[in-house]
Amino acid sequence: MNRIVQRTMIVPNMHLLELEAPEIASKIRPGQFVIVRPDEEGERVPLSVADWDEEKGTITIVFMEVGASTGQLASLKAGDTVPTCVGPLGNATEIAPFGTVMLVAGCYGIGSIYPVARELKKQGNKVLTVIEARSSYLLYWLDKFVGLSDKIFSITRDGSQGLKGHVSRLTEIVNGLPKPPDRIIVNGCTYLMAHTSEITRSMGIPTVVNLNPIMIDGTGMCGVCRVTVTGKMKFACVDGPEFNGHEVDWKEFLARRKQYMDEEALPFRRSEPKPAIHKEGKCQA
Amino acid sequence: MSTEERPKKLDLNRNDMPRQPPEIRRHNFNEVALGYTQDLAMTEAKRCMQCKKPRCVTGCPVEIDIPGFISFVTKGDFASGIKRLKEKNCLPAVCGRVCPQESQCESQCILKNKGAEVAIGRIERFLADWEASAGAVEMPARPKSTGKKVAVVGSGPAGVTVAGDLILLGHEVTIFEALHRAGGVLTYGIPEFRLPKRIVAREVDYVQKLGVNVVTNFVVGKTRTVDELLEEYDALFIATGAGLPWFMNIPGENLNGVYSANEYLTRMNLMQGYKFPASSTPVRKHSRVAVVGGGNVAMDSARTALRMGAKEVHIIYRRSMNELPARHEEVENAEEEGVIFDVLTLPLQYIGDENGWLKEVECLKMELGEPDASGRRRPVEVKDSNFRTEFDALVCAVGNSPNPLIPATTAGLEVTRHGTIVADPETGKTTRDRIWAGGDIVTGAATVILAMGAGRKAARSIHAYLS
Repeated sequence: MNRIVQRTMIVPNMHLLELEAPEIASKIRPGQFVIVRPDEEGERVPLSVADWDEEKGTITIVFMEVGASTGQLASLKAGDTVPTCVGPLGNATEIAPFGTVMLVAGCYGIGSIYPVARELKKQGNKVLTVIEARSSYLLYWLDKFVGLSDKIFSITRDGSQGLKGHVSRLTEIVNGLPKPPDRIIVNGCTYLMAHTSEITRSMGIPTVVNLNPIMIDGTGMCGVCRVTVTGKMKFACVDGPEFNGHEVDWKEFLARRKQYMDEEALPFRRSEPKPAIHKEGKCQA
Repeated sequence: MSTEERPKKLDLNRNDMPRQPPEIRRHNFNEVALGYTQDLAMTEAKRCMQCKKPRCVTGCPVEIDIPGFISFVTKGDFASGIKRLKEKNCLPAVCGRVCPQESQCESQCILKNKGAEVAIGRIERFLADWEASAGAVEMPARPKSTGKKVAVVGSGPAGVTVAGDLILLGHEVTIFEALHRAGGVLTYGIPEFRLPKRIVAREVDYVQKLGVNVVTNFVVGKTRTVDELLEEYDALFIATGAGLPWFMNIPGENLNGVYSANEYLTRMNLMQGYKFPASSTPVRKHSRVAVVGGGNVAMDSARTALRMGAKEVHIIYRRSMNELPARHEEVENAEEEGVIFDVLTLPLQYIGDENGWLKEVECLKMELGEPDASGRRRPVEVKDSNFRTEFDALVCAVGNSPNPLIPATTAGLEVTRHGTIVADPETGKTTRDRIWAGGDIVTGAATVILAMGAGRKAARSIHAYLS
């Protein structure tokens, strides 16, 4: 049982969940994840960890509400409990004095890349942060990045903040730098990671992605998180979740992410869709 | 037992155990075998010859006094029967269901020559179920605490056995389980229709009542390492099983619709996927399912697929029916339920559609050649016999290797080239001080009773060390 300390919606559909997990808080490193089950019958949901407080014994997760299970998590209140919060799982992000590191983040990844930024800075790196969202009102935690980043760029689909467009505009950002970064680390949706890897491949910039596949146990037992990396089968939960973005088979990874899309919609369907009956110009259903 | 109590003449009518009819059971997840009634159990028990030198006992990895517990059943003294059984086997309800008795105790029975070996496993199961339903479970008194603390990693058969034994010797025992429910492979792997989860829960509940502390959602090697636990515990037993699924390294294995047996069964059992959408973990309906492999896990997967509503389920196995490693009873159950056996068939590649979903399986025909190292005739490829069959799902059930999580995070713990932990077969002692290991993590994927036996031996050795 883990008690919820707080759960707030930080921007539309994006939630912050702080929960008591002292053992995890004292052990976790940037880039690792946990598995949370919202209730006794609940699904095991893998979630990246965005922050932790060893003294307080809590961890903080930023997640997007996308389906039934994240919907359950989004309705938790302070004082509630969840039956499972297990971790820290996966390997930590490799952090060393690389020189200049560019962080690219979107969606929940803005949260999960924050501890990466913190540790990179601690180790003396120059940190450049690129955050991406559909619109300015979906960007969050900018203030937390201010002290950690030497420069922050933003890209919004509607141009309401920073550059207009999507992550393809990263090319201009990189080209505008006096010299390309020594490494790029990407956290966020699969599209963001795949697309960034595509862009940086031709530039020859080492690019690290933090994969987010479907998982069940998260300890190497079920193999649902398998991913092809340089032609070899890897399990993201134990071999990753970080991989060289240029070596990941993205087409396969994207397809595997969508395996349960139809089934995940089922809990939202209250009844079988009925054909509409129209009579005298009015809907009779 | 005195000679006059022995059966006067040979009774060669082995009593069948009532089972759900195939047409019915292939549509539900209820237990297939229904167990002996008291009458059937007593009738079967009376067939036992009460041999002076019982060979069945030598066939049992934990040397249960088989004629002993059977003789109590003949008299209807079930309470004494279960007591005798439990002296050596702390998980009789589980072993009575999933032990391969036909290759262990029953294979040694003197009546085997006549083709009518005593159904030892069924009597064992009867006694365990009788005890549970009679509410007669006797709680042994807990001895005075020794003040010593033992950590057990994994809550499968080996872990539960070691914990149950050590708590009764006065030690403080904590089991750490990575998943959210205890029981290990009994919980995530073996389906409800073969081993109901309430039975596993009962066994775990029993050791908890004895005083064992079970901590779920705790991954040793991640949440805490073995070395960190050893700062707090006097001894540690590793029983993390064989949980890493093998694939065949052929094209198309990452297509959607291709599962490891671990994933398929975990989704159904641990996550209760067979109740979806009433349960929350999504499960996809498939119509034509192939299962690759010939062991019990393959049978479990195939029979689960049928129950999930698949129109056709095929077992693809590279040797012949005679070499199937699964228990005979499970093969028979699968056949009765309508599983189709494509034997002497080797999968070559899986072919997907434009969206990355499995569409076809390409196989090659095989024939049997000379016997190989395992003594089984080696399958040899039949040239140009390739053929393709349409399937929308495939379950790969070709085996598991040990989970490397603990060896990888524990310095000085010697492992074999197969990834199993090196441990003394008599004591379970590893190459590291204060660390013991047993079960599938030492032997590679094996049986429940062997894991239990290993737990028992390790408990003795740990106790000797702590005393």
